[in-house]
Amino acid sequence: MALIRSSSPHLHKVNSTGDVMRTVLLATLPGLAAMTFFFGWGTLINVIWASLLAVGFEAAIMKLRNRPVSFYLKDYSAVVTAVLLALALPPFAAWWVTLVGVFVAIVVAKHLYGGLGQNPFNPAMVAYALLLISFPVEMTRWTAPFVLVDAESSWSVLSLGDTLAMIFGGLDASMIDTYTGATPLDALRHRGGLTTEEAWRQVPVLADGIGAWHAVSAAYVMGGVFLLYRKVFTWHTPVAMLGSLAVLSTLFFAVEPDYFPDPFFHLTVGGTMLGAFFIATDPVTAATSNKGKIYYGIGIGLLIFVIRTWGGYPDAVAFAVLLMNLTAPFIDQYTQPRTYGHAKANRGMKGDA
Amino acid sequence: MDAKKITLDGLWDNNPALVQLLGLCPLLAVTGSVVNAIGLGLASTIVLLGSNLTISAFRQFVPTSVRLPIFVMIIASFVTAIELLMQAFTYELYQILGIFIPLIVTNCAIMGRADAFASKNPVPASLLDGLMMGVGFTAVLVVLGAMREALGSGTLFADMQLLFGASAESWKIVLVDDYPGFLFAVLPPGAFVGMGLLIALKNIIDDRLNARRQAATPDTPKTTERVRVTG
Repeated sequence: MALIRSSSPHLHKVNSTGDVMRTVLLATLPGLAAMTFFFGWGTLINVIWASLLAVGFEAAIMKLRNRPVSFYLKDYSAVVTAVLLALALPPFAAWWVTLVGVFVAIVVAKHLYGGLGQNPFNPAMVAYALLLISFPVEMTRWTAPFVLVDAESSWSVLSLGDTLAMIFGGLDASMIDTYTGATPLDALRHRGGLTTEEAWRQVPVLADGIGAWHAVSAAYVMGGVFLLYRKVFTWHTPVAMLGSLAVLSTLFFAVEPDYFPDPFFHLTVGGTMLGAFFIATDPVTAATSNKGKIYYGIGIGLLIFVIRTWGGYPDAVAFAVLLMNLTAPFIDQYTQPRTYGHAKANRGMKGDA
Repeated sequence: MDAKKITLDGLWDNNPALVQLLGLCPLLAVTGSVVNAIGLGLASTIVLLGSNLTISAFRQFVPTSVRLPIFVMIIASFVTAIELLMQAFTYELYQILGIFIPLIVTNCAIMGRADAFASKNPVPASLLDGLMMGVGFTAVLVVLGAMREALGSGTLFADMQLLFGASAESWKIVLVDDYPGFLFAVLPPGAFVGMGLLIALKNIIDDRLNARRQAATPDTPKTTERVRVTG
């Protein structure tokens, strides 16, 4: 431990919950910008719509619970949950999909368990998993990156008005097909008999559209590095999670490159980066000690690879995070650091040998 | 025989599903729709009536040490009879409920009433207890089934012809046209959440009732004030 020597006054600014949450919101901006640039206005609309809903639900439930409404609204935690959920949703998700999702996140996953700090599961991921199970059609209709919609024009996303009409109803579903397509994970999963290399050459979303996912992931990394720099979380969880995912996918890719996608693919598509820096690092639902965070992150990485490769759903971040949320109290129990002045750490259950 | 207490116990105070939390496996598994709920509820009630009646009638002859196997035999024979009856008259519903009809044998609510009540009480009281416990169980099944059907598929009382004949086909109520379906409510997690909400609702009602009762009789304080001895 380094001793910091500085002259008085030893003032130290304590980060309030609101400060941390606002910093997280700031860090999602590059990701939001990248999503909007590559997939159109849908994500932006969803983020705004989800935030409004979240504030509404949070206020209503605080009123019901006889808690000070404005005090809790000012900590921005509901908005962060809503923004993370909206970033994970397909950009053209209908208004009622977001409504159900935000209701489940704020009311069921957060406040039925006792509110901020008491929830065992990440609210945004509970909502995402519930939506994925409940509305498979809506949740797998992902937007195609603009380069695939029309190669001629420069930025051919659906116009703002049409996107609004699409999300809030009133637009014919047949119109949607031009602007939607499979995600890379979907494409690689349902590739028929193609080897990985053939799929990369023949499937348009992999051959031409993959750049959009790379860019969005890079934007999330930027946000994540910013949060690391601001010490909102430590490096342990993201590094352990990305590391275990990379190691595992490298092993399998090395053995059978025709069947398994390469590690770079695993790291840069789907929700990997959003999950590593914004979801898995949630201080409430993750493991607490640094050692614990490493185990927790490794678990998420392992589960993502296992579910993506052999599971029923193309992406796995939500399920992996929820499963590891379950284990976080157990991990904490066995990774308690040694307290100063004690020879041995106080680990495990009372009565263990 | 305190008929009022037995009735209240079965329907509310000691409801097998909401308070004893027994028989949760079939309760959670088959309550995807009202018709399934009624079907399983009726079958369980009839088995409960039969087993309570028989066990109560034979209670003097059953040695305590081997009572559980004997109870299981009695319950199993009633379940077999119900299964054959359902196969004969409501074959489609029998197919939908599937394994959960034979599994009534292992329904703890039935075993629990046999051991806790029927083996210690005379026949009329046991019959009433069986009926009320069965009705209480069925009521919870139906409420949960209605919640899940309304949320999950936007209808109520669909497919009632499976149980009540062709004329019941028109009982179906479509709550929302073109409902996209909410798969979560139909799948098992929806059952757990719905069940939790029902139990919470019952506890709230109980708290309100208690508060009202205490407000009505304020001059009988149950807790004695402790004398303060320090500071």
